[in-house]
This record gives sequence, C-alpha cells and structure tokens, in this order.
Amino acid sequence: MEAVMSLLVGCFFAAGVYLMLSKAIIRILIGIVLFGNAVNLLIFTAGRITREAPPVIAPDMDRLTGIAANPLPQALILTAIVISFSFFAFLLVLALRTYQELGSDNTVQMRVAEPEGDTLPPLGY
Amino acid sequence: MAVLPNAGADALLMTPTPLADWLVVAPAVLPLLVGAFLIIVRKRLHWQAPVAITTLALVSLASIALLARVWSEGTLVMTMGRWLPPFGISFTVDLLGALFAVANSLIALGCAISASRRVIRSSRRYGYFAFLVLTAAGVNGTFTTGDIFNMYVWFEVFLISSFGLLVVGSTRAQLDGTMKYGVLNLIGTTLFLIATGLLYGIVGTLNMADIMRKLPLIEAAPLMTLATLYLLAFGMKAAAFPVHAWLPASYHTPENATSAYFGGVLTKVGVYALFRVLVMMFPVQLLELQTVVAWVAGSTMMLGALGALAQNDLRRMVGFQVILGVGVMMAGLAIGSAPGLAGGIFYALHSMVAISAAYLLVGVIERRSGSASLNALGGLWKDVPLLGAIAFVLVLSLGGLPPGSGLWPKVMLVQAALEAGRGWLTAAVLVSSLLSVIALGRFFLLTFWRPSSTESRSKHDGTPRVLGVLTVVAIVMGLYPEPFVAAAVRASDGLLDPAAYINAVFGEQG
Repeated sequence: MEAVMSLLVGCFFAAGVYLMLSKAIIRILIGIVLFGNAVNLLIFTAGRITREAPPVIAPDMDRLTGIAANPLPQALILTAIVISFSFFAFLLVLALRTYQELGSDNTVQMRVAEPEGDTLPPLGY
Repeated sequence: MAVLPNAGADALLMTPTPLADWLVVAPAVLPLLVGAFLIIVRKRLHWQAPVAITTLALVSLASIALLARVWSEGTLVMTMGRWLPPFGISFTVDLLGALFAVANSLIALGCAISASRRVIRSSRRYGYFAFLVLTAAGVNGTFTTGDIFNMYVWFEVFLISSFGLLVVGSTRAQLDGTMKYGVLNLIGTTLFLIATGLLYGIVGTLNMADIMRKLPLIEAAPLMTLATLYLLAFGMKAAAFPVHAWLPASYHTPENATSAYFGGVLTKVGVYALFRVLVMMFPVQLLELQTVVAWVAGSTMMLGALGALAQNDLRRMVGFQVILGVGVMMAGLAIGSAPGLAGGIFYALHSMVAISAAYLLVGVIERRSGSASLNALGGLWKDVPLLGAIAFVLVLSLGGLPPGSGLWPKVMLVQAALEAGRGWLTAAVLVSSLLSVIALGRFFLLTFWRPSSTESRSKHDGTPRVLGVLTVVAIVMGLYPEPFVAAAVRASDGLLDPAAYINAVFGEQG
C-alpha cells in the first residue's frame, strides 16, 4: 500500500514541478495545487497506513494497546489543507488582478517592478 | 511499527500553568488577538494606528521581560493544553529565540510608528496595521515555538499577513512584486512541510526537543536528504543564492515602512530557522553540508555586493544589502564553531537594526527630493545636515566600519573563519564588505555631497524620530558591543549543546 502511495506522490510531485516551470501564471498556480496535494498525501503515507484499527482506547483500559491507525498525520494534513487552500484562493485573486493591471499572465513580460534596461548608476561625480 | 511516541508515559500535567509562565506565549498571542480585533474594527480608521502601536509597545515590553527571565533562569517552556511534551505543543524559548523576539517586536513597533504618519486612508481601510501586527505575531511565534510543525504554521501566519502588507495599495509594481514573492515563498514553505512530513515519518514526533533526543539514536534513515531539504526551504525564505530571486523583485515596491520591516526582520526568520533546525537537530548532517553552506554563503555575499553596486534605485540597492547580510549570517553557519555562530547571531541583530534604518532613510530622502534615483539626487548635505550625519552612520554600520554596528560581528566572523581554516570564506566576507562600502560610499557621495541639480521639493517633513532612534541603537551596538557579544555567545552555546533545551522541555530525567 505504501509503495503504491509513494508512486502516486511521485507522480503528483512530477506534474506539479512540471507545471510550475511554465511561464503562464495560471499553470504555475495549478502546479502549486498539485504540489500541495502531493505533500498532503506524502504526510499521510509517512504516518504509515494502518487499516481497520481505529485509535480508540477500550473501556477497561487506560491506554492504547497494539497497533492502531495514527490520527496525527490526518490532523497535520487538515491544517495543511486549510493553509494551502487559503493561500491558493489569495494567489488566484492576486493573479486575476495582476492580469487585469499588467495585461499579461506571462512571467517573462511581467517586468514592472524590475524594468528591463534600467539605467545604471552614474559612473562619475 | 512504533509510530505513537512514548506510549505508556503519563500524558497530562495536573497542576495549572503558573501565571508568570504565560509570558512565554504573550509575544505571539497578544498581537494575534489584537490583529483579529483590528480586522473587526477596520472601518474605524482612526483607531488602527494607535491600537497597533500600543499593542506592539506591550509586545515589546513582554518580549523584553521574557528575555530578562530567560537570561536569568535559562530556557522557559509552556506546553499547550497541559499535555505533557511531546504530546502537547511546547513553546520553548531559549536565549536565541528571546533575543530575536525582542528585536522583532521593537522593529515592528518602530515601523508601525513610522507608518502611522505615512500610510494613507485607503491602505488603513484595507487593513495595513492589522497585517503589520499579524506579521509580527507570526514572526514572534516562529521565534518562540518548540514544535517543528507549529513553526510551519507560524511561517504561514506571517507569510499570508506579509502578502497583505506587500500588496496593500495595489500599485502595478506592488502587484507584480507580490505575485513573485507569493509564489516563490509558498513553494519554499511547502518544501519545509515536505521535510517536516518525512521527519515525522522517521522519528514519529514533532517536538523539537524530542527530535533532538531521538535523531542521534536512529540509524539508516535518509537524514541527509532531510537536512538538505531544510537547507533549501529555509535558504529560500532567507533569500540565499541561488534561491533569492523573489527579494529583489518585491522588497522595493511597497510602502517604505513595510520595506523596512520586511528587510529588517523577515529574511532573518529564515536564518533563525536554519540555526535552530540545522545546528540543533542535524549537527552531524550539517558537518557534511558545511562546504555547500560555505559556497552558498560566499555566493550570496558576492551577489549582494555586486547587485548593490549595479543599482541606480536606492531601495533596490538596500535590497541587495539585505541579501549580502544573509550571506554573512550563513557564513557563521558554515563555520559552525561557537564563535562563528555567535558572530552570525550578532550580525543578525545588527542587520535587523541597520537595514530597517536604511530603508527608513531612503524613505526620508525620497520624500524630500521626490526621487530615489542616484542619477537625480544631490545636495542633501546642505539641505539637511542631520540627515547626512544619520546616513553617514548607517553607511559605516552597513559597510562594517567603526564605529558602526556591523564591525564587531564581522570581526568575530573573520576570526572564527580563520581559526576554522576557511581562508576563502574570510576573503569573501572581506571582499564583499569592500564592495558594499564602495556602493554605500557612492550613495553618500552622490546623494549628499554632489551639488544639487534641482530645487528640493519639500522643506518640511517632520523629524524622522524612528530613524534617529535606530541610528542611535546602531552606534551603541558599535561603541558598546560587550552585552551583545555576551548574549550572542551564550545563545550560540545553547545552540551547540541542546542538552539544556531538552532538559527544559522534559525535565532532568529526560
């Protein structure tokens, strides 16, 4: 199970990185979503996949015995999902606004903050 | 598969947390609450600045009190929800964290005061001061937490607030800059999350003290990969070569007080995380990586120095000075010995003050002359001699010349590098300093001494008080460095020997 998940995570990472290498902002953003989901699956897999043994303490015990599913990675993923979701929402709005203002979503043409052919500082006094 | 850590240990602390220990979380929690309040009252524009300034003043007092307690009592711990570590999230403040938290709180306060006179109504309405306070909360949280996943969450807290701070105002340059800052920093923190997920898979714990305890016992695990991932992730956040591109693209675009805060503090968060994670958690792997770190440090310094030489715009020149400073701090990491780390820590404190002051200075110059271009500026010495004196002190500080604050940390680093036999790293520190002095000297010469070509636009600007105070701090750090050196040395000792940190979290028997 872990091996299959690892392969899946690898595919997600590959696709995410490939898209992030693009010049178009929207593809970069889709790449970021894939990248974020790859990390979520990675944490899930790294926490070991244990099926059909919920981490519930039996009524007559005061601690967990035996191997049970690990709830912590799921809590971590939940946090990571919320964070990456809000970041993605912000970046989408920002990308739209940038596209409206700059008239381009091509990173090569986005040179407002760092203009091409900027003048050099004076060489003499 | 033992994934649940310490199964069988007692899990709950039965006594309530002493009231005095709440000081540990105050620098992070107080601004977080007030930030939320400022968003609720966002329509009351005249409340924003006073509430933010009062809060940051209180946060500064709390962090100073925390530093005083850590100085006298050693590392302080408070574990959330009364769960015993490693089950609950432990806030663990050692000297390094407390020092950085004080510097961050004071600089945030200075920038809030400086911004209160400049930030226009529309920016206030869209939450400028709320974002500033929340960014300070996130940075303080990073400096005080003792849990690696919690550190990731604080990273995201200050990152999303810094997006807001960077873009509020929405000029075209800001949108362009924020887009690049946002995407690249998000990738950086995602790498941090990857490393943390894998680390949890290997160690089965997220508490940093617990990780320090358990990592040396683990054999045959891809720890080298993890250390390298952390180096890349935090290097990206610190703007180290070759993953620095977001900094020169964005730091010159926002409101000046924002640039001052970002340049002063945010890159140092990456440096802090490098020190905390690599030195304390991966000391063996860091030894292997030292050559890589040294190359990164050297190239970052040279890139910063050469970049500063090539800039016509003052704010972009200061941006490259920020990068240069990151290289110098990473040189401390590359040397790895106690004096080297102490030099890096002292340099970080100096750089927080001097860089913030430099950005504020550029802001004053810009408002006075209506330009920040070296081609257009001139004649300011005659107009405002006091500003010239301030600028001169800052040029000395940033260039690492006496009596500025940059001298002593560089002396410590050069000494430590020579002792460690890293000759060419020493050369990189010195050559980059020389180039930086040339760039800064040219700035001073052209801006202040060159005869003015145009009439200066505004004569009345109000006294730049925050800038004055920061400059005085820079002189004090240069003329009376003993307390700072002592603090940096103690902080670096705490980094190299994590036993005190672990004992503070788990008690002596741990």
